[in-house]
Amino acid sequence: MELQLRGITKRFPGVLANDDVSLTARSGTVLALIGENGAGKSTLMNVLSGLYRADGGEILIDGVHQTFRDPGDAIKAGIGMVHQHFMLVPVFSVYENVILGVEPTKAGGVLNRREARREVKEISERYGLAVDPDAKIEDLPVGIQQRVEIIKVLLRGAKILVFDEPTAVLTPQEVEEFFGIVAELKARGATIIFITHKLKEALAVADDITVLRGGRVVGHADPKTATPEDLASMMVGREIDLTVDKEPGTPGRTVLELTDVTMVDDYGRPLLNKVSLSVAAGEIVGIAGIQGNGQTELVEAITGLLPIASGRVEFDGNDISGASVRSRHMRGIAHVPEDRNDMGMVSSFTVKDNLMLDSYYTAPFSKGGRLQRDHIVEAALGLVEAYDVRPPLIENTGGALSGGNAQKMIVAREFSRDVPLVICAQPTRGIDVGSIEYIHEQIVRKRNEGKAILIVSTELDEIFALSDRILVMYDGKIVAERLAGDTTPTEIGLFMAGKGS
Amino acid sequence: MTEGQTPEAGASVVQEQPSAAGKPSPPEERSFVQQLSTSVNWRTGLLIPFLAVVTALIIGAILIMLTGSSFGQTVEAYAALLQGSVGSVKAISETLTAATPLILAGLSVAIAFRAGLFNIGGEGQILIGGMFAVYAGFSITGLPIYVHLPIALLAGIIGGAIWGFIPGLLKAKTGAHEVIVTIMLNYIALRLVDFFLKTELFQREGRNDPVSKTVEASAQLTQLLGWMNPALRVHLGLIVALIAAGFIHWLLFRTTTGFEFRAVGANPNAARYAGMSITKVYILVMMIAGGLAGLAGSGQILGVLDRATPGFSANLGFDGIAVALLGRSNPWGVVAAAVLFGGLRAGGQQMQVSADVGIDLIAVIQALIIMFVAAPALITALYRLKTPAVSTQISKGWAS
Repeated sequence: MELQLRGITKRFPGVLANDDVSLTARSGTVLALIGENGAGKSTLMNVLSGLYRADGGEILIDGVHQTFRDPGDAIKAGIGMVHQHFMLVPVFSVYENVILGVEPTKAGGVLNRREARREVKEISERYGLAVDPDAKIEDLPVGIQQRVEIIKVLLRGAKILVFDEPTAVLTPQEVEEFFGIVAELKARGATIIFITHKLKEALAVADDITVLRGGRVVGHADPKTATPEDLASMMVGREIDLTVDKEPGTPGRTVLELTDVTMVDDYGRPLLNKVSLSVAAGEIVGIAGIQGNGQTELVEAITGLLPIASGRVEFDGNDISGASVRSRHMRGIAHVPEDRNDMGMVSSFTVKDNLMLDSYYTAPFSKGGRLQRDHIVEAALGLVEAYDVRPPLIENTGGALSGGNAQKMIVAREFSRDVPLVICAQPTRGIDVGSIEYIHEQIVRKRNEGKAILIVSTELDEIFALSDRILVMYDGKIVAERLAGDTTPTEIGLFMAGKGS
Repeated sequence: MTEGQTPEAGASVVQEQPSAAGKPSPPEERSFVQQLSTSVNWRTGLLIPFLAVVTALIIGAILIMLTGSSFGQTVEAYAALLQGSVGSVKAISETLTAATPLILAGLSVAIAFRAGLFNIGGEGQILIGGMFAVYAGFSITGLPIYVHLPIALLAGIIGGAIWGFIPGLLKAKTGAHEVIVTIMLNYIALRLVDFFLKTELFQREGRNDPVSKTVEASAQLTQLLGWMNPALRVHLGLIVALIAAGFIHWLLFRTTTGFEFRAVGANPNAARYAGMSITKVYILVMMIAGGLAGLAGSGQILGVLDRATPGFSANLGFDGIAVALLGRSNPWGVVAAAVLFGGLRAGGQQMQVSADVGIDLIAVIQALIIMFVAAPALITALYRLKTPAVSTQISKGWAS
């Protein structure tokens, strides 16, 4: 089915979220809809899925005008949404989740389990989505859970599938598998809309690309000819340089040294297996690896959030293996945590409180246990300005910031401390291109000031863009160490998959 | 809609905002306690509670009429309620007398809420605090009031703090759920009081029933309006309670300790990341909560009862939960809610006497108010308010 949007306009008080947006998704093709956070992509998709009613414009499917009063109408018209955050019941099995809301029943309202299983099995086979109908959702990896969501919309007769940031939660291999699924759906005639801000993915998978900025369509691109730089510039409205400008690092004294650090889980299985590494002043060390290979534990071992079973963590020549989080913070470790919302900030706190979340007890913010509001406000205003946090309203809650700006707030808090070691875990996960560029610049600036920087990222591009030295983690071990200039993404990728020699 | 509230950001806020209708945002998984531990705006803080009270009174009126009263009699009953709560100096005095322990019990629950803990143990803490206060009140003699009274109040605070320390310590060190532990400690406290009131240590000479010795005059909370009329019961405890509210407000919002309480309550992971000691916060906040409840108990003993009898806590610990809920865990909100409940209680007596409507109705109205406050979506729908930007779901009980 062909989907056409003509002149869609959607206003919220004070904000024009969609302004005369027109686009076409051709039958049997993939349309990538790209734009920064806040460009209006999600609003547009909510209009398309019947959650919002547009103030102007029309939706056409195969040339026929559609009116969606509620999401049910959109589903009936053949539109299926696969959300970034899955809506699955973790303790239910795959088939139970899939049929939720459209349960096949026998006489008397009794659930027809056999029929339900058969339907799920049939769809998963037809589209090559290998999923066990009886598996419990909570036991499945994220990539498989996503397939369950896809099966859900297919079972409801969707011909036009909308994926909202589908790869944000996937590992690199899962992304590959996902692209395979997209190709299969396409081959079977489905129309696919792929919302993303990952430019390489848009170029890899789409047949057409439409770029949104500030609620408007600012252009279309042909994935065969366009470059990531072209798209980034269209998205942001100015020239974007995706390569990070930096001179080679000049490593100085060793700031952080780990020797045979081992960490075990509650059952005694190793999470970190004799990890040794060092980070010197004036260099950026990048830890590459697929999510879940011990990177989180490594960072928590260094910052003191998790205890280590054996080994040594040395900072500035002192053994800090048993030191508390607070003590390590005071000694001079800054930490941009992996999970922005769950660890990096308190969403219900104001921006100014979040900006001093880990330094509230130090002078001048505190005096004799009393918070010094004037100093806090002054420092916060300086930080939102210096680190370009938008909107620069320090009394708004942290949760009201967009992902990129929340991350800039956290970076502001940690980078403004003049300390020898900065640890950044997934510093740019899920944020917009403009913010990524900005945060990368800040990381390099910090290195040039002579700080030791440890970066953990699952994005290989990011590792290569920033690192002076690259370490690869696999299964709780450091399996490779290379100078950034002496290796290639292919080689590192093999190590990440556990296949390097 | 949320999108409109920060026009400064231009369109850039639209996407990230969780919208009430849209589902692009992750499902809110905040627990009930977490919701209470976060900051409030005028809407959740004032409008919803106000409409909750109005709605509860309307339903109360319907209930009165259902029992066969005419409309006129119902109006009469509510007039009596008003008369009995604010209609005279005596009425206001009764309202404030009833509000005094509610303020302190409410603060006790509220500060624990702020740190993400549900203090169901107010009853026990009130009882133990009250027993400490009564002992200090009758056992020490010959001191002037400005020495004896503070000692007795302090004894009450210490007693309550000990009873709060136990669940705090168990929670921090073993993870034992504070709800279970505090409920059990309530039973223990209740029976300990029964036991001790029959011992020589406490029991009044020449009495066989469980009643304590009488508090010395030098440890009694002075009647504020006693010079006007000795029947005006409102006492110095009200001032103590208001000072406590001011202190808790200062502690929560102006000190590093309060910052830690609020951070732990709103997001324990972020608090740990920021180097805060969750163990310390849990223990400290439960001691403060217990101390406040202990002070509530002392106020009753030293200001109203002058002696201890079995179960003198009279459900104040549980009413404190309702007060904290209605006051949205804000100290001044708690004061307002306590005065309202105090007024309902005082007015309810009058209503019972002059309009023959049972005081049980007051309990029903109180329960309705809390129900509406706990389920703001109900009020929102009832009054067709615009969908609030805040999450309205109450989920997962009091898991923290």
